[in-house]
Amino acid sequence: MKTRRQFIKISAAGAGAAALGLHTLNVKGLSLFDSNEQEPVSDENMKATPTYCEVCFWKCAGWSYVDKKKNLRKIIGNKEDPHCQGRLCPRGTGGVGMYNDEDRLRTPLIREIDKNGYQYFRKASWEEALNLVASKMEKLRKDYGPESLALFSHGTGGKLMTHLAKAYGTPNITAPSFAQCRGPREVGFTATYGEGVLSPERTDIRDTKCLVLIGSHIGENMHNGQIQEMSQVLDNGATIITVDPRFSTAASHSKYWLPIKPATDLALLLAWINVIIEEKLYDEPYLKKYAFGFDELKAHVKDKTPEWAYGITTIEPEVIRRTAREMAAAAPSVIVHPGRHVTWYGDDTQRSRAIAILNALLGSWGRRGGFYNPEKVHLPNYPYPPYPKPKRSWRDAFPKDKYKLVTEVLSSGICYASIPNPDMDYRMHGWIVYGTNLMASLPEQQKTLEAIHNLDFLVVIDTMPMDITGYADVVLPECTYLERYDPIRTSPHREPYIALRMPAAKPKYDTKPGWWIAKQLAHKLGLDDYFKWDNIEEMLDWQLKKVGSSLEEMKRIGVKKFPREYKDLYNLQGLPDYEFNTNTGKIELYSTELAAEGFEPLPDYTHHPEPPEGYYRLNYGRAPMHTFSRTVNNHNLWDLKKENNVWVNPKVADLWELKNGQEVWLKNQDGIISSFPVKVRVTERIRWDSVYMVHGFGQTDTKLTRAFGHGASDSELVSKIYEDPVMGGTGMRSNFVTFLKENPRKNREEVKA
Amino acid sequence: MAIDTKKCVGCSDCVVACQTENNVPHGYCRDWIVENVSGTYPVVEMEFRSERCNHCDNAPCVRCCPTGASHIAEGGIVLVTHDECIGCGACIESCPYDARYPHPDGYVDKCTFCIHRVEKGQNPACVDVCPTHCLHFGDLEDPNSDVSLAMKDRKWRVLAPEAGTKPQLYFLM
Amino acid sequence: MKEEIFASGRHIPHIDPYLNIWHWPIALYLFLGGLAAGILFFAGYFVVKGKEKEMPATVKWAPIIAPIALVIGLLALFYDLHHKLYFWQLYTTIRFTSPMSWGAWTLMAITPLSFVWVASYMKEMFPGWDWKLKILDRFEAWVIENRVPFAWIMMVLSIILGVYTGILLSAFNARPLWNTSILGPLFLTSGLSTGLAAILWISKNEHERKTISRIDLVLILVELFFIVHLFMGFLAGTAVKNEAAALFLGGEFTVTFWVFVVILGLVFPATLEAMELRGFHVPAWLPPLLILFGGLVFRFVMVDAGQITRFLY
Ligand SMILES: Nc1nc2c(c(=O)[nH]1)N[C@H]1C(S)=C(S)[C@@H](COP(=O)(O)OP(=O)(O)OC[C@H]3O[C@@H](n4cnc5c(=O)[nH]c(N)nc54)[C@H](O)[C@@H]3O)O[C@H]1N2
Ligand SMILES: Nc1nc2c(c(=O)[nH]1)N[C@H]1C(S)=C(S)[C@@H](COP(=O)(O)OP(=O)(O)OC[C@H]3O[C@@H](n4cnc5c(=O)[nH]c(N)nc54)[C@H](O)[C@@H]3O)O[C@H]1N2
Ligand code: SF4
Ligand code: SF4
Ligand code: SF4
Ligand code: SF4
Ligand code: SF4
Ligand SMILES: [Mo]
Repeated sequence: MKTRRQFIKISAAGAGAAALGLHTLNVKGLSLFDSNEQEPVSDENMKATPTYCEVCFWKCAGWSYVDKKKNLRKIIGNKEDPHCQGRLCPRGTGGVGMYNDEDRLRTPLIREIDKNGYQYFRKASWEEALNLVASKMEKLRKDYGPESLALFSHGTGGKLMTHLAKAYGTPNITAPSFAQCRGPREVGFTATYGEGVLSPERTDIRDTKCLVLIGSHIGENMHNGQIQEMSQVLDNGATIITVDPRFSTAASHSKYWLPIKPATDLALLLAWINVIIEEKLYDEPYLKKYAFGFDELKAHVKDKTPEWAYGITTIEPEVIRRTAREMAAAAPSVIVHPGRHVTWYGDDTQRSRAIAILNALLGSWGRRGGFYNPEKVHLPNYPYPPYPKPKRSWRDAFPKDKYKLVTEVLSSGICYASIPNPDMDYRMHGWIVYGTNLMASLPEQQKTLEAIHNLDFLVVIDTMPMDITGYADVVLPECTYLERYDPIRTSPHREPYIALRMPAAKPKYDTKPGWWIAKQLAHKLGLDDYFKWDNIEEMLDWQLKKVGSSLEEMKRIGVKKFPREYKDLYNLQGLPDYEFNTNTGKIELYSTELAAEGFEPLPDYTHHPEPPEGYYRLNYGRAPMHTFSRTVNNHNLWDLKKENNVWVNPKVADLWELKNGQEVWLKNQDGIISSFPVKVRVTERIRWDSVYMVHGFGQTDTKLTRAFGHGASDSELVSKIYEDPVMGGTGMRSNFVTFLKENPRKNREEVKA
Repeated sequence: MAIDTKKCVGCSDCVVACQTENNVPHGYCRDWIVENVSGTYPVVEMEFRSERCNHCDNAPCVRCCPTGASHIAEGGIVLVTHDECIGCGACIESCPYDARYPHPDGYVDKCTFCIHRVEKGQNPACVDVCPTHCLHFGDLEDPNSDVSLAMKDRKWRVLAPEAGTKPQLYFLM
Repeated sequence: MKEEIFASGRHIPHIDPYLNIWHWPIALYLFLGGLAAGILFFAGYFVVKGKEKEMPATVKWAPIIAPIALVIGLLALFYDLHHKLYFWQLYTTIRFTSPMSWGAWTLMAITPLSFVWVASYMKEMFPGWDWKLKILDRFEAWVIENRVPFAWIMMVLSIILGVYTGILLSAFNARPLWNTSILGPLFLTSGLSTGLAAILWISKNEHERKTISRIDLVLILVELFFIVHLFMGFLAGTAVKNEAAALFLGGEFTVTFWVFVVILGLVFPATLEAMELRGFHVPAWLPPLLILFGGLVFRFVMVDAGQITRFLY
């Protein structure tokens, strides 16, 4: 057994007291010299540099404004960018708070153990820290082979780390955005259409006449393009149908809100399919031309009537019929939205399949107002030698029949593959974690901890002292996205666009950009051939020139649009011949691929566990002003929302005698108790069988001076998952909690130390 | 200014944008969002309102200001001249909307309708950032202004009309 | 269920969850202003009436309190300004729509006047007092000669001051508790009554005490009448007015208001005064002390409670 990694509160390393604000020296009212700093500065008196936002993965392009005194004042959307149309979301606008956060990581840190066995972080130089990381990687390569290294990488700056990891020889590169997020959707849609939904989603909300949201809580989920387009079609009189057990913001703007019983969406989807088939509301020519397995589907849903679904979902049969007819009336300009965070109950690939099938019946795939056919600019890579061929991959740590249809590396899988297993001689021995706070983003914290304790080394590259950094052997402080270059953004959209991110300010403290870290490590590992450029500007300029632009041009315009190569935005509009990338070359209503692998070829409803007496289903989601755990300490956004609440229905509140604002601790079905108390919000927006929390709060590192101990973490209560048998997604919404009104730790160790 | 409550999602982007544009100190704000929920699950209604100074036509804050720091500028925008303000708080007490706050530097501050932008023909920062395009700004007397067009054919209300201040924020319903 | 919350937490210091911009200095300032107005009014009144000799405490001794009260009041007001270095801006303009403005100017006028008044009696009160400066002696003589016109001006100004202490609050439409036309007369009466209480405390003259007590009894009755009307007005008013009244009818200010202001500060001392008039023996200091204390609490309650009442949220 390896030494257990104690969680080190980075404060122990004491990066020095925050610089004494000059402000405190000013006598109020006498601060004459400062006075114009208080006033708004007009845009012309500031310097604007292009960037694209890194506060979430929508990556809106914008301009960072710096005043004459070199203060970063604001970030404004780039009008040319289709991701944002000149308007960032609150998190993007508040991105300045990431740069200004005085709690940021300031220097590289190395874990040490003193004579008494007490572990602490020691400040280190970059040279020393990188040498240590490189030597650990060398040793790992010698001892177990390069495939025993895993890279978790979430965010743009990690692209070159990914490149480095591949050059080093490991295929185990992952992010929590698949197994904990869009994985089932991509697999379900790929099984149906041979293509995924991608990010940004290829939903043509702008032109839709009917938008069906299955749990996807746009408006709280602030993915910018979607929210803007949804708002636009509200003006055009489009029908919005929201299926959500909670009265979401989207529900409040919808014509129909279907307050479904949680975990029963598949029954509703099947009933809709039933109505559309029975009432012949489907797009017959479209299906004739493109679909495979209609008759099997028809037989499959024969008895899945609205009356049948009513008993399961509590949605009135009449409402099911009426909403089905609304969709059909709008078809093919209708979107049954595939959602994004879809790892809910473990049968999520099948639910995504049902959504894909429903869209196919309505003929919305490839049609205006449905799903468009995106295109992106392919930037050639700066030349490098071929990657070494890995001998094994994380899959080899599992039996052959596990995760058969997985298309990306599972973060949870990497985690399991790091826990010693007597049956296997292969596992992960080292992790590099870039830009993902695994303690908050992976379910089953116990397993994550077990994996971490069994690693030979853990390197964390982050900007903030988040939970995960406390477990690192080496912490490498990256500068924020506002202080660095990153690879060019090129993402699939209606038209191909690229966007540049360049530094608006010099990196604060002793922090470095991700590309620089990757290049330095490559050098130390003898992989210089993979990084033949001197600095990233050279690499970017080379790439940009290959597609007819240049770094100089992009610095001026920030965003550049390219014409589509083919005029096939709505590629199935006039029913042209088309071959789908599936076994049959058709839209597979009946999935031959799933059938071949021994899974249900047609989605079916399964019953999911329900909360025991006195417990409530733990439902969670987003607040519009925060991104997961990454923004909770951002001063601008913290000003807006400092903590999460646990939403409780008034009936439940009566039963438990809970008052608005009262602090409670939550205990889940496995006896896990939230580290911190959370305030009750009594509201009619939630059902009596669930509670709701915004994800990301309840941070445990005291160095986060604002976020520490504010609110409770849903992540620590998600100790049970239901794994999707098709692709390994971690269904996280079958955890149940109860309320503790007294501090359960009163007599034991004090958490709020 | 007109605020379309049918579209606002309460994201508070207008609040952050105002803070960064106008250097509003942490802990204070010139605009804010109210969430109004009524009904009983599952028959529930909800409205979000982005609120700020109403730039009242009949502004009590201007009337009660002993120094004239609070005044009505061109275009009906209610402003505070920081160097004339003694921080007596009378205007804060007089505002039915609690739209003003004591700036930590002593003077009283509030929404300026981003006069420094409006003067140049730009929209206020909050209007320009709103992802749902639910804020509309302009001259009500001009039938072609954004705000007039937004209010055409729509029902609207103002807040606390009984306070008699003739508020100039119109909430479209 | 109805729920109205700030979607993005608004926690502005002194504004949320309810207004707390004006603190004790303002309450003290209003109290002292009313007190000074009361004293100066009656000093002027009895001079005009030619009863100078019979009412020595009223005309000569009590007014000493007035300039002190006014100066302390002004200091308190200054203390509560948030942008103190700019206070002079108050005196660069007169704004008739702003009670704060004309209040400041009234104080500007009445404060020196009160000094002059007291000064003009210095020689009478302290035999052997010497101004040491010829010009001051001459000025004194001039004032004494014109005492009656002075008394008139002082009466007018003190009424304005007394009314102003109420209007300062009642001008605020935004605070339903304050926004009532009764507040001006109510504060005036209360101010006059506290003024009388101060005189009563000082006076050693049996006849003077009786006269003052009688007037005070009337004023207290008027005050109680105004208070009843105030609440009738609230209860007959809109929802926000009802809410304002509720603060005193079962809400958090109920005890403070009814026990300390109404019973201990008005009813009880009035009873004592009435008993004294009928010849019962009552400690001389008790009724005035109660009235003064009641008056002070009344200002505190009105300033605090008023800021809690609002139109929205
Ligand atoms: N502001 C903000 N926006 C974000 C993010 C962020 O962190 N902050 N993150 C982004 C990312 S990466 C993602 S993946 C997306 C996630 O955003 P979505 O894809 O919209 O997330 P979901 O978890 O699917 O949606 C949560 C909603 O599902 C409802 N729900 C819970 N259980 C059920 C059920 O059984 N049936 C149905 N029909 N609904 C249910 C909840 O009540 C809640 O309203 O958000 C993106 N946008
Ligand atoms: N319980 C629960 N778990 C969830 C979810 C949930 O809703 N509930 N949502 C799931 C979903 S949909 C997703 S997509 C994932 C998201 O999971 P993550 O991407 O891990 O999300 P965050 O918690 O925001 O962690 C981001 C980390 O990156 C750091 N960071 C931010 N900017 C930079 C940068 O520029 N450089 C570097 N190096 N680091 C940076 C932040 O400080 C933070 O530590 O979580 C999943 N897990
Ligand atoms: S949606 Fe918001 S947080 Fe995400 S990239 Fe765009 S502006 Fe940034
Ligand atoms: S930015 Fe727009 S949508 Fe968001 S809260 Fe403000 S007004 Fe509402
Ligand atoms: S809203 Fe308040 S601050 Fe604004 S003009 Fe009206 S009264 Fe004055
Ligand atoms: S605080 Fe300033 S702006 Fe307000 S009333 Fe007093 S002087 Fe006027
Ligand atoms: S108009 Fe300008 S000052 Fe007023 S709330 Fe909007 S951004 Fe703030
Ligand atoms: Mo996600």
